[in-house]
Amino acid sequence: MKKTLVSLMLSMFLVFPTYADNVKIGIILGFTGPIESLAPVMAKSAEMAINEVNKSGNFTHGKINTVRADSTCVDAAAAQAAAERLITAEKVNAIMGADCSGVTTAVLKNVAMPNGIVMISPSATSPALSTEPDNGLFFRTAPSDARQGEVIADLLMEKGFKTAALSHTNNDYGKGLAASIQKNFTSKGGKITITASHEDGKADYSAEVAALAQAGGDILIVAGYLDQGGKGIIQASLDADAFNKFFLPDGMIGDALPKAIGPDLNGSIGSVPGTDSPGAAQYSELAKKAGFKSGPYGPESYDAAALIMLAMEKSKSTKSNVFKKSIMDVANAPGEKIFPGELGKALKLIKSGKDIDYVGATALELVGSGESSGSFAEILIDNQKTKRVGYR
Amino acid sequence: MDYLNGITLILNYIFIPGLTYGSQLALGALGITIVYSVLRFSNFAHGEFMSFGAMSSILLSWLFMSFEINIHPLPTAIMVLPIAVLLTITYCLIVDRLVFKFYRQQNSKSVINLIVSIGVMFFTGGLIRFIVGPGDRNFFDGERFFLKARTFKNITGLNEGLTLKTTQGVTILLSVFLVIVLFWFLNKTKTGKSMRAYSDNKELALLSGINPEKVVLITWIITGILACVAGTLYGLDKSYKPFTYLHLVLPIFSAAIVGGVGNPIGAIIGGFVIAFSELIITFAYKKIFFYFLPAYLVPEGLLQILSTDYKIAISFVILVIVLLIKPTGIYKGKIL
Repeated sequence: MKKTLVSLMLSMFLVFPTYADNVKIGIILGFTGPIESLAPVMAKSAEMAINEVNKSGNFTHGKINTVRADSTCVDAAAAQAAAERLITAEKVNAIMGADCSGVTTAVLKNVAMPNGIVMISPSATSPALSTEPDNGLFFRTAPSDARQGEVIADLLMEKGFKTAALSHTNNDYGKGLAASIQKNFTSKGGKITITASHEDGKADYSAEVAALAQAGGDILIVAGYLDQGGKGIIQASLDADAFNKFFLPDGMIGDALPKAIGPDLNGSIGSVPGTDSPGAAQYSELAKKAGFKSGPYGPESYDAAALIMLAMEKSKSTKSNVFKKSIMDVANAPGEKIFPGELGKALKLIKSGKDIDYVGATALELVGSGESSGSFAEILIDNQKTKRVGYR
Repeated sequence: MDYLNGITLILNYIFIPGLTYGSQLALGALGITIVYSVLRFSNFAHGEFMSFGAMSSILLSWLFMSFEINIHPLPTAIMVLPIAVLLTITYCLIVDRLVFKFYRQQNSKSVINLIVSIGVMFFTGGLIRFIVGPGDRNFFDGERFFLKARTFKNITGLNEGLTLKTTQGVTILLSVFLVIVLFWFLNKTKTGKSMRAYSDNKELALLSGINPEKVVLITWIITGILACVAGTLYGLDKSYKPFTYLHLVLPIFSAAIVGGVGNPIGAIIGGFVIAFSELIITFAYKKIFFYFLPAYLVPEGLLQILSTDYKIAISFVILVIVLLIKPTGIYKGKIL
């Protein structure tokens, strides 16, 4: 029996030769949990970039496969297990992800670093990640919230809001963003009347809103998630007539929110990473062709996947510890500017020894330890739709 | 004028929400108390029975909405409540026949029954998530407000608004109605009296010819009604998500114990004590002082005793204090 088993296994190896050349990229995003409405578009965007490279046939290392895994956005243990599976069982060469700051930090610290795998997150925005030790393995195509805090403070000041109440979700993302908003808004002469956290996944937020209402303010900044407590806080505020204007940072931007709240949300403003560079429009066009509508963090996901493949080409290696050094190189100037849909061309240029400057869908420029310098779109909720009304 | 503003503020943020939340807790605590005093165990599955009731209302509401049968301006869920109640009662009775009956015939200790009820809780929770899924389910329709803050401000000319949501009004009215009927049933009807006798002294009641299976049946029917109504009202007023009902069991149990386990009046009082203390302790009093005190006495800070993060802890602190000072609860329990 033992012999048969052994020979059977051996014959399996003969029948299925190992595709040593094939490259695998893991996509780990919160397909369930607080940002489940955003994750599918993000994953599709990354896969779109990978398909583009596969179709071009210019990639030296063969065909690229993808594996999806669920980060849950909030459950660090589940996210680590998922990442562990990608690396040990699926043998991925790099990870596009994770999404939310808390799970991204956990995966980086406990899975990616020990295994020496490159991680490029499209949406982890906690300022703490800028200083997290990463052996040069971690990058993000989304800007740090330290930058978003600045943008939000500017926007509020320009619109004439001098006082604001602030409610944030009780996790790394919420705390980091809240601290950054508070620091920037106060230094510009504004006043935060109260900073209170809210827990996600509760049925009732009227007590939280009661406290916020007593502190008062021209506007309520809700640094939460649109599928979770953030929505609850807004609904309860409107029900009690505590606030009627809201500021919505990136986690709150999505068409699901105005749809759920209704016309009362019209006139509220927000900010989300985005740019008016031609890359954004080209990306939307590509997405439409691929059969989906672009959404928040879709462009960042496309860029994250593209960077991984371009760096692999540039360094002539699919090993994380080698190609990690080329990521900054392909992302920044000098070189020929590369927009979405031009990945095939970029690969050809690299092969011929030319320098490239990946601009991508988000006008990407990596600064510091490898994070996007960040351009933001200004959002206005109008007629129950999120509209981009400006860029900064 | 300032005093009126201050009073409106208290009404809007403490009194009306407290009354609503208190009613929901009281109905839940009543269900637990009745099972406890008749069947002699703490029914941890009650939260999930409420969830089951709410789920039945949701599914039926959607069905009726699709036929465009409604009772505008009231939510459709109120119209389908009787059918949902029947479904919940049926579920309670099935669970009793399949699970609790076995342990009753074995004369199991109440702690064994308690653990069995935890098993039932997990099963029911799983069943519910299997049927409607784990996500938010919105089933509110009809008019959202009885009284809008802006309308109130226009009528009275005050700075502070007062809102009364439809769901709040419905919750309070329906709870009062249900409690009156329940007390009438327990005190005036023969069946009610036999239930009280059974809970007071089981052996004596059996000797005087009371049919125990009938008492058990009536108990589950009452539990089903209370659970379904409380669950539906909570889901309508706040939001329905299966997971939140698991957490709801905790304040409901504290309400029942604070009031005195097994005592229906205690359960109602306990519900309101828990609800109001959660609101009163986490409220920020800055504005109220602003209206009631002369300007130079108004303090700078928010005047919040505890952050709202600790809301859930308050019911436990009260529970501990009550058990230390008056272990029987506010009203002496164990008798219907």
